[in-house]
Amino acid sequence: MSNTPPKMTASHVTVHYGTKRAIDDVSIDIDQDEVVAFIGPSGCGKSTFLRTLNRMNDTVASARVEGDIRLDGHDIYAPDMDVVQLRARVGMVFQKPNPFPKSIYENVAYGPRIHGLAQSKSDMDGIVERSLTRAGLWAEVKDRLSDSGTALSGGQQQRLCIARAIAVDPEVILMDEPCSALDPIATAKIEELIHELRGRYAIAIVTHNMQQAARVSQRTAFFHLGTLVEFGRTSDIFTNPRQERTKDYITGRYG
Amino acid sequence: MPATALLFILVGLSLIGWLTARARAARFKVAGQRFSSLPGHFGWYVALWTIVPPLIFLAIWSTVAPALVTDAVLSTPAAAQLPPPGFDRAAILSEARELGAGRAYGAFHGLARLLAPAYAAAQDRYDWIATAAALLLAFAGGAFAWTRSKPGFAARTRVERIVMGALLAASLIAILTTIGIVLSLVWEAGRFFQVVPVHEFLFGTHWSPQVIDARDPGASLGAVPLFWGTFFIGAVIAMIVAIPFGLMSAIYLTQYAAPRTRRWMKPILEVLAGVPTVVYGYFAALTVAPAVRDLAVAMGISWASSESALAAGLVMGVMIIPFVSSMADDSLAAVPSSMRDGSLAMGATSSETIRKVMLPAALPGVVGGVLLAISRAVGETMIVVMAASGVATLTLNPFASTTTVTRQIVDLLTGEAEFDSPKTLAAFALGLTLFVVTLLLNIVALTVVKKYREAYE
Repeated sequence: MSNTPPKMTASHVTVHYGTKRAIDDVSIDIDQDEVVAFIGPSGCGKSTFLRTLNRMNDTVASARVEGDIRLDGHDIYAPDMDVVQLRARVGMVFQKPNPFPKSIYENVAYGPRIHGLAQSKSDMDGIVERSLTRAGLWAEVKDRLSDSGTALSGGQQQRLCIARAIAVDPEVILMDEPCSALDPIATAKIEELIHELRGRYAIAIVTHNMQQAARVSQRTAFFHLGTLVEFGRTSDIFTNPRQERTKDYITGRYG
Repeated sequence: MPATALLFILVGLSLIGWLTARARAARFKVAGQRFSSLPGHFGWYVALWTIVPPLIFLAIWSTVAPALVTDAVLSTPAAAQLPPPGFDRAAILSEARELGAGRAYGAFHGLARLLAPAYAAAQDRYDWIATAAALLLAFAGGAFAWTRSKPGFAARTRVERIVMGALLAASLIAILTTIGIVLSLVWEAGRFFQVVPVHEFLFGTHWSPQVIDARDPGASLGAVPLFWGTFFIGAVIAMIVAIPFGLMSAIYLTQYAAPRTRRWMKPILEVLAGVPTVVYGYFAALTVAPAVRDLAVAMGISWASSESALAAGLVMGVMIIPFVSSMADDSLAAVPSSMRDGSLAMGATSSETIRKVMLPAALPGVVGGVLLAISRAVGETMIVVMAASGVATLTLNPFASTTTVTRQIVDLLTGEAEFDSPKTLAAFALGLTLFVVTLLLNIVALTVVKKYREAYE
């Protein structure tokens, strides 16, 4: 990896839902130009951890986050951190494609409009076209931008959600099992897209699919029962894991 | 035999059938075979066959028997003195029947006293026939079921079918009642429309049922002022109150309130829905109406009515708030939380998320809820009886007195009503119109809500 300081650092993060501890003392850093994959069996806390990175756990009343998470060195849980600004800088793509029941154009324009990024109609047109192009969807939808976003196929919807996320020009993109609701062809397209987005955005992706983690990421974190078992280069994790539990999981012993 | 005794006997027979059939079925055994029906099912099978046929017979009999009794009485010699069919004849016969049954101790008509013994005898005879037939049916039904109960007989599915039949009958009764109500409304309204042309009623703008010109009753039975008043109070003023407050409280409760706040706030809001409408009526007439009038006078409207549309509409709106709120609550809750998360993750604030994503997505459900609320407000009676005026005026001024369809129906049917004058029959025509309008509103609203639900499920 590079020598520049990491884009995001999380140190000693612990999350409780009510009295239940969901993740315990997790420390991970994400570099500017890499894709980090979080793998692990269901309920291991990888999604919970991902959601702490843009404070989406704030929407869960019972969630309590401890530890230190920094974006470019600034504590994102500090009182002076504006969560609206944070989420504009750290975008998110969800497990199930969730386009708004609006037109394709309005879906992409939603974020820029909220954050006042476009000065004019032509500005907005440019942002929409650029975002859809980067998400690899422009060619498929450019003639029907006024159609409803929910009328697209599942894979297209997910790419629309990615376009929506990158429309506000984030620095980090969090993806929570973005392909788990998609067929293999749509999945391949998203993976290709992740390759293309890499470098422009720091990306963290939660996935159940270990081949996917191996294909798209540079570093992989393996979670089990709320703890971070192992975090290192993807090639090391998959060919030469240091921990017995990691080895058991990637060889399909459990999970 | 008194009806209760017969009923006890039938229940007793049925119980005996149940016990014996079950005991007998307990001994049904075929080596190496398992039957689908347990002994209890055989018991129920016999018991139901014992009690259901006589009960059905008695139900039918009770509708036919009075006519048979009367026929028997009419064929006695004393009946020859009866006046020709008409009011007097019916009065004498009914007196004789009451005397014969021992429920009355004297009669105005001497002839009634003469006919009473014949009534008593005929009633007695037919009662015995009914009792005998019912018992016979009970035995026949029980015996039929008994002979069919053999090892391997699917008593279980038969019982299941009878249960289904009973449930079907119960639901049919509700439907038939509705149909009956509609038919009687249509029938009475039809009589009204024989006297007053439909178009004069629906489009006439003059309503004064107190003074009806017998040569042209339609001229003073134009219902447009009533329709307007109903619309003005129920769909305009009440909704101006109910929609914003209902919607905003639903948004607060679903999107902002902490679970603990929601837990005590929602029931309190629902208490509003449980307040009897009469109490709202008092509140409107005694508290809100004078306040509204004083306000209007202070504003320089010296002629403001103390039975203003505004007072009734405001209170009706308050009454509808929990209704709108819970419909909006439902439709907001039906918007997938992924929509909300998606918007929040873009950096939108809660209010932006609600305004730009949640409300547009929930809009069809909210609209459906509002339509249902309107249909309730339009049919609401008690508040307008107490707070609205009886005078039909076609006005846009909320401080003027206005009346509604329901208020007028009450006025037309109370007091000295003759049930064949255009004045009283007009109540049925109004009722029918109201029924059709609220029915249409409900159908539209439910279709909208259903379409919208499907979009997310």
